[in-house]
Amino acid sequence: METIKLVYPVEGGDLIEAGEASSKMKLTLKKLGLPQDVIRRASICMYEGEINMVIHADGGEAQVEVDSDQITIRMMDSGPGIPDVDQAMQEGYSTADSTARELGFGAGMGLPNMKRYSDEMTIDTVVGTGTTVTVKIKIPQ
Amino acid sequence: MTVQQLIQTMELTPFHLSDPERQVTGGYVGDLLSWVMGRAGQDCAWLTIMSNQNVAAVALMADVACVILTEGVQPDADLLRRAQDKQVNLLGTSLDTYTAACRLGQSLG
Repeated sequence: METIKLVYPVEGGDLIEAGEASSKMKLTLKKLGLPQDVIRRASICMYEGEINMVIHADGGEAQVEVDSDQITIRMMDSGPGIPDVDQAMQEGYSTADSTARELGFGAGMGLPNMKRYSDEMTIDTVVGTGTTVTVKIKIPQ
Repeated sequence: MTVQQLIQTMELTPFHLSDPERQVTGGYVGDLLSWVMGRAGQDCAWLTIMSNQNVAAVALMADVACVILTEGVQPDADLLRRAQDKQVNLLGTSLDTYTAACRLGQSLG
């Protein structure tokens, strides 16, 4: 299978409308006939990444690569960066504002959920420059 | 049990039904959306009092069988629109969340 590359812009600032990129990706993965569990895990990772980009970084871009054996999702933003990645990875730790919390987000579960549902996750972040979170989800053969 | 059968058994209000034959295999209760994303099982009925349109997106990503708004909560217009767009089964009940969860558990056996 040839690698399929997809790019989704993520608009910043509008948490209410967040999820459009994830919805589109999910639809595409369904059309590709991937297993339901793989689609679910990829969708959750992507949605959490999208929410993070909207809350913390005024948007960004998600690049998705689908190979025969795995899905790679790379979420890139030019936001403030993460000063302490270990702290950000702790369940319950969040720097989200009250607006995000009122909408049901900001529970400090975004990055932990991405780790939970991916097979591999890396965070490249530079304070003041931006963050790239990459997750890989294996496709059972 | 299908979503349609659950509607009849629990006397739920269908706000939007896109897939009434979908199987319901469990339940989850929660209002913090990221928490729900991390814990709710695929094909479960999700009970919540949150009624903003992010509920539809979370239901889609977590791949739940249906959302049940409890405590008489009505979906706002944006949630209803998004449930239609994303083909999410969106239901409601006037029962409090605890009672609704008990009834769901009894219904699923």
